[in-house]
Amino acid sequence: MGIRERMSGNEAIAVAMKQINPDVVAAFPITPSTEVPQYFSTFVANGTVDTEFVPVESEHSAMSACIGAQAAGARAMTATSANGLALMWELLYIASGSRLPVVLACINRALSGPININNDHSDSMGARDSGWIQLYSETNQEAYDNMLMAHRIGEHKDVLLPVMVCQDGFITSHAIENIELLEDDKIKGFIGEYKPEDYLLNRENPISVGPLDFIPHYFEHKMQQSLAMKNAKDVILQVTEEFAEITGRSYGLFEEYMTEDAEAAIVLLNSTAGTAKYVVDALRKQGKKVGLIKPRVYRPFPVDEIAQALSKFKSIAVMDKADSFNAAGGPLFTDVTSAMFIKGICEPKVINYIYGLGGRDVKADDIESVFENLLDIAKTGKVDSVFNYLGVRE
Amino acid sequence: MAYNLKQAAKKPERFTGGHRMCAGCGAPVVVRQILRALKPEDHAVIGAATGCLEVSSFLYPYTSWEDSFIHSAFENSAATVSGAEAAFTVLKKKGKIDYDTKFIAFGGDGGTYDIGFQSLSGAMERGHDMVYVCYDNGAYMNTGIQRSSATPKYADTTTSPAGKVIPGKQQSRKDLTEVMVNHHLPYVAQSIAVGNMKDLYEKSEKAIYTEGPAFLNVLAPCPRGWRYNTPDLMDINKLAVETCAWPLYEVVNGKYTVNYKPRKKLPIEEFLKPQGRFKHLFTETNKHLIQDIQQEIDHRWERLLALEKADQQ
Repeated sequence: MGIRERMSGNEAIAVAMKQINPDVVAAFPITPSTEVPQYFSTFVANGTVDTEFVPVESEHSAMSACIGAQAAGARAMTATSANGLALMWELLYIASGSRLPVVLACINRALSGPININNDHSDSMGARDSGWIQLYSETNQEAYDNMLMAHRIGEHKDVLLPVMVCQDGFITSHAIENIELLEDDKIKGFIGEYKPEDYLLNRENPISVGPLDFIPHYFEHKMQQSLAMKNAKDVILQVTEEFAEITGRSYGLFEEYMTEDAEAAIVLLNSTAGTAKYVVDALRKQGKKVGLIKPRVYRPFPVDEIAQALSKFKSIAVMDKADSFNAAGGPLFTDVTSAMFIKGICEPKVINYIYGLGGRDVKADDIESVFENLLDIAKTGKVDSVFNYLGVRE
Repeated sequence: MAYNLKQAAKKPERFTGGHRMCAGCGAPVVVRQILRALKPEDHAVIGAATGCLEVSSFLYPYTSWEDSFIHSAFENSAATVSGAEAAFTVLKKKGKIDYDTKFIAFGGDGGTYDIGFQSLSGAMERGHDMVYVCYDNGAYMNTGIQRSSATPKYADTTTSPAGKVIPGKQQSRKDLTEVMVNHHLPYVAQSIAVGNMKDLYEKSEKAIYTEGPAFLNVLAPCPRGWRYNTPDLMDINKLAVETCAWPLYEVVNGKYTVNYKPRKKLPIEEFLKPQGRFKHLFTETNKHLIQDIQQEIDHRWERLLALEKADQQ
């Protein structure tokens, strides 16, 4: 039986980090993730953790120090948001390309410019092809649970990739919710010791990390990285199952909510799923066959499973809290439609909504309007507009 | 331990041959000498910024580094090594490691004075037990001799070319060693590979075995960028010191010592003349620029002597 608590999403992340007790945390403050290093440095100051906290002068140095620490043989973690993640960009690719399973808590925030501190997914969506595993979290509980599973996934010998755990800035990071924490000893047993095969601090077998890797080998190394991401899917499922055994909380690659007989479904990430579930419940009471799919694992993208799950609907709205500025829909939309096409699932009508940019509130009425549109499409089979924006003045 | 050339030369090589640095380049000479100052029983984790040294010493699947080595990017050698040092601190505390490891980060002047300056400043201020070594060749040599903030005034580079109107770089060289002195580190020194290399060896030993952050700025001439005759590396080094263009000094816990004072300071022309990058200064129209350089060299040298004198009083 876990420990009942109530805390904000940022505190949940910090508490998870405390319980993980990593070797090195290197972080730089940025709204709305600032509280994570604040809480964590208090744990360090009070001797609650054994961690070496490196209060770097930038996010670029935060990820650089995490790379140095992880390569040296330590478990390294950090937290950031928006421009902080953008400043890490170069190193995100180097962490994954060097196959270093660093864990990062991304408290999603709109990327400048113009500057805006509120939530959308433009930060982590921009990093979607950086070779990091990305897990998304609807609630504080999910963010906490994803953090506890991150090391097991990233450090698996068939994976060896960094992991990013995402949750919505302010909406969950600063909202206090009920949460069930896991006991320290159970976490210790679940995560285990970090035992890398090769590491810089091993004087018996010194290694060189980060070569100039030219035409004869670079492509093969990228191929291995690609295979690792492919392997990650099964590892995520195994770890998630083990986690369910000790907590009773089970997750999949994505969550399906009231989808069994649904005609119309929305696909979206993170906290808006809570609002969407509320609307699904309300519409179901009116006899409307609507449902929700909430991806948890966005990288690797679960092509087969998501295409299969979506095949049963007549109409689908993929909602992106980030724009791709490509005149071709948001990133989640592009991935979902691509998955459906290659699996030969072309019956459902699929449309895209960009919503909530820069923290624009998305209310139950907004979600309801999306479902109304979808039900209309399901009935008529006619799509007036594929690319749509929700709740914006045009 | 007092420096002994024969003994130092007998120590095992930790930066092995077969790397692809140019003939007549100062950097590998500097690296070998610095690593020679490590105690043979000590393991080292060495980092390098992207640059000539990195791309020439670690081409997959070959490495010239006998110790552990890490490169991640151009501007973050200091931050990367600071992370490895933090890992060492905690793993030793946890009893997972029971031996000593030394941490050395290398960067060229591009990776140190310019793009990596923030990372360097941060790592030094945080007090990691590591040595940062800048091998200063006075321009971005790896990308093809572009000016840096370490490039001397009036030098001809590919982004400060000596043209018909503008005679090379218009700005003075940043004095990074002084900037690092003002970080109040336990050990800061400026050196060069000269003579029997006693100066560089001793400073490296002090830097490596002083607890806390240490900074070494070592001049490392580049035959391609400076355009000197390749076999003349050691002569160029000597002239940099004898003209006081590159003074040898150290600052231990804030106290200045000038390690070498030429009996007769040579005019700066002696250093400039063998280098193609200053060729355009030796014309009727430009020779007044040499006076300008001389004035600056004199001013910086006098100031350094005054700092040393003030500390001795």
